[in-house]
Amino acid sequence: MLFSEIYGSYFNVVAAVLAEAAEGCLTDARLTGLVREKAFAESVLSIPAALKSGEWPLLGEGFEPVIRHRPDMPLTSLQKRWLKALLLDPRIALFAPDAAGLEDVTPLYQPDTFVRFDQYADGDPYEDERYIGRFRTVLQAIREKRLLRLGFYGRTGSRRSVTCAPYRLEYSAKDDKFRLLAVDRRQRHTINLARTYDCEALEAYDPGSFRLPQRQLRELVLLLHDERNALERVLLHFSHYEKETQKLDDRLYQVRLRYDREDEIELLIRVLSFGPVLEVKSPAGFIALVKARIDLQFQQQ
Amino acid sequence: MGYSELIKNFERIRDYMREFYVYGFKSREEYSAKSARSYDNERRRIESWLGGYMAFRQNAAGKNVFLSVDSRSIPRNPLHKAFKARSFTSKDITLHFYILDILAEGNALSFREIADRINDEYLSHFSGAFSLDESTIRKKLKEYESLGLLQSEKSGREVLYRRTGREKFPLESWADALEFYAEEDPVGVIGSYLLDKLEDPPDSFRFKHHYILHALDSDILCQLLEAIGQRRSVELTVRNLRSGFDYRRTVCPLKIYISTQTGRQYLLGYYYRGRRMAFFRLDAIKKAVPGSEDLDYNIHMEHQSGFARHLWGVSTGAGYRLDHLEMTVHFGPGEAHIPRRLEREKRHGSVEMLDGHTCRFTADVYDASEMLPWLRTFIGRIVELKCSDQSVTDTFREDLRRMRAMYGGDGDAVQ
Repeated sequence: MLFSEIYGSYFNVVAAVLAEAAEGCLTDARLTGLVREKAFAESVLSIPAALKSGEWPLLGEGFEPVIRHRPDMPLTSLQKRWLKALLLDPRIALFAPDAAGLEDVTPLYQPDTFVRFDQYADGDPYEDERYIGRFRTVLQAIREKRLLRLGFYGRTGSRRSVTCAPYRLEYSAKDDKFRLLAVDRRQRHTINLARTYDCEALEAYDPGSFRLPQRQLRELVLLLHDERNALERVLLHFSHYEKETQKLDDRLYQVRLRYDREDEIELLIRVLSFGPVLEVKSPAGFIALVKARIDLQFQQQ
Repeated sequence: MGYSELIKNFERIRDYMREFYVYGFKSREEYSAKSARSYDNERRRIESWLGGYMAFRQNAAGKNVFLSVDSRSIPRNPLHKAFKARSFTSKDITLHFYILDILAEGNALSFREIADRINDEYLSHFSGAFSLDESTIRKKLKEYESLGLLQSEKSGREVLYRRTGREKFPLESWADALEFYAEEDPVGVIGSYLLDKLEDPPDSFRFKHHYILHALDSDILCQLLEAIGQRRSVELTVRNLRSGFDYRRTVCPLKIYISTQTGRQYLLGYYYRGRRMAFFRLDAIKKAVPGSEDLDYNIHMEHQSGFARHLWGVSTGAGYRLDHLEMTVHFGPGEAHIPRRLEREKRHGSVEMLDGHTCRFTADVYDASEMLPWLRTFIGRIVELKCSDQSVTDTFREDLRRMRAMYGGDGDAVQ
């Protein structure tokens, strides 16, 4: 059963409270602090009271725990079956987890149960040992905050190299690709991992010496004409953006969404894909791009 | 009963979260299908779980509440929190910690021994009215056995219980994989549960084009995966997303189709009564009750693999008739990414280079109208568009004409 209290925030926070109580360092303030940190905004109204009143008879009056061991829970069958299913995914080679304990477990699903029918066909080579090696080096460098020396092929195919501070790996399910997000003293780098040919972790860097770059966000304002179920299709399609929708009329809506400037062309073709049910109202530069594509189409005949 | 931030049933909150996240333009008064008190409670709960992502707008129609998340910039899917808010009783939480503590050293004990220790060694510390009757303890032991937390073994006439997983599971070695799959896997909420067990979870990944809403369908998906694994039929209760009415279908579930570009997920199953393959959106499925094992499962799977070869997306059109479509695309110098795009996005279609600057995409699919959004992404480059279903090219041309008029022009563009 997926939706069960044993996985819930309340059980987790009570386990954390009991663990601190077992070490003899639980105080009233710490109890409240743990609840604020690990549960929901209003949990502080219920969890401490239930523990202190004996409604949940787990803590004595002096905050001594009734249980004798540090609380922990074995993995459930569902959790093991899910982990076993992950072992069948080609991308698991990037992580090489310890599969001990899953020997006799039936996977929750087989990899071919899922069909990602519109995923691009040129995904990263997850079975290439050299790619796997570079991925692990990058991941370790991110974790350990170490500089990386990277050799990679640029957009034109030329060989380039950079020494940078890596800070994230970004995955896109649509592209089925990992991209490294990194920064050096001058600029931000976004490098497709499959385009790297060399990768070496260098010395640790001081995280304070690099400022993580802010994404350059712009706002796109669209008018949505709700025909052909457009309202649902458009809002779901763009749901991964930070956005705000306003109803203007019976079948007319305004959608404001914030997008990364470097993804403008991708967003342009996504807007075009909806045809006349989406009308760009601003920014002017984006409207010009749409018009240029339409004009070009009329010139193709 | 007073308000609680915890919930017993996921169905109602699933609807509200979806409304707040996808739409977000409705005021309190517009949630007419539900009572005002229900709206207030669900909004308050969601605010308690996801406060940082809630936004409000006041206008003449009232106050609108919506969830606004740039999923590219967040480390974890916040919607997973809803799955961590299941309600429980005082007995549930007390027994959870007592039983796992009593069996913590790997010992095997009978029900009687466990019940006695609960009363003698745990409850005896408290003078209040709290008590645990035997049937509650017995039920909890059975429940934890079915969840895989406990295992039982016979010893003479007694059943002994012990904790599973006597060796500590090497979860730390999974930390990076958990961080990745908790977001990327269709039932990643299970990974989120596991991440909660780590002292210091990693923060190395972010996700682009990341549709987080499907997480709300994880419970249904899990039930369907169980049925697929056991080759069982399922009786689905499905809501028609336009009319709002529920209907039932009994199907043999075969595959889960996922759109990485629209955020939608579908069950593909063999619909017994209609004697055909059918798709159901996961977010429309309200209930999936497992039935008996389907002995023809392999036949359905064979049928599916042939059937899938002509699907562009998830539409079969009318009567499985194939539409033939050809699109000729021109690309200029320095635009080699266009044929590359066609190659990686062609699905079951094929791409042929006609000359150094022109290529032709060809496909035979059940429903070419489903390709229209993709075809429009090549606007500005399409030299010729032909389809055996005239309505497809007509719609394309008419839409283009409307777009030109919308941006201040007119005329016809595609041969």
